[in-house]
Amino acid sequence: MQDRIRISCSRHNLQQVRDFVRGFLLTANRSDLVVNQVVLAVDEVVANFIIHANGEDTNQFLDLLLVLAGQQLDIEIEDHGSTMFLPIGKTPNPDLRAYIQQGRKGGMGMALVSRIMDRVEFFERNSHTVCHLSKELL
Amino acid sequence: MKVTAQPTDTSLTLVLDGELDASSAVVLDTELNKSELLKYRKVLIDCQRLSYISSAGLGVFISHLQRLQDSNVKLVFFNMQEKVFNVFEILGLDSLMTIVPTEQEAQAA
Repeated sequence: MQDRIRISCSRHNLQQVRDFVRGFLLTANRSDLVVNQVVLAVDEVVANFIIHANGEDTNQFLDLLLVLAGQQLDIEIEDHGSTMFLPIGKTPNPDLRAYIQQGRKGGMGMALVSRIMDRVEFFERNSHTVCHLSKELL
Repeated sequence: MKVTAQPTDTSLTLVLDGELDASSAVVLDTELNKSELLKYRKVLIDCQRLSYISSAGLGVFISHLQRLQDSNVKLVFFNMQEKVFNVFEILGLDSLMTIVPTEQEAQAA
């Protein structure tokens, strides 16, 4: 099964993205915990694209594609903005004690994504950034 | 995301209702930024109706924790749903923050 959605680059659309991923996975009878983890991973990547890659420019948009084949979930998030955004390797193991001391707000999103998903890849396609997430749902 | 403040003489309970993400985190940040928080011994976070948290939400708590600790204000979470607790666990934040099952335990913490 597969489904897709297109959103403009506003953080107010994050709820729509989460509802879309939840609906897709709940249809596939996945547990609440697993659904929440995957929803979180997608939310983090989409929020990064919206805020950091596109500066919340609502004229820009993202395409999300979810594909579930058996236990294998593949997710593709394509940013149609012109700025390349390749955050892989960024803060994979944040020092949270230091973050607390520094009063730091950000820097944990991609750590969550990499710990939840089996594979996280960012690459360029037709001058756009694409993020591919995959996970075997147990 | 709705945040409701319930003050007592010694503690302030913030009741969270909804999903805490990069869009709604500012609402919580505004509440935690208020200077009157520092007059309480404890700030209790009631998470019963908190159905989702992303790194933006976690970041709000992390960014205020040291300031609260420096003012001897304890931050305690209670009534947390399993899926929300799981997000704290994934990052190891469950060992750096005080999270207890019930309001009674939060009051006693």
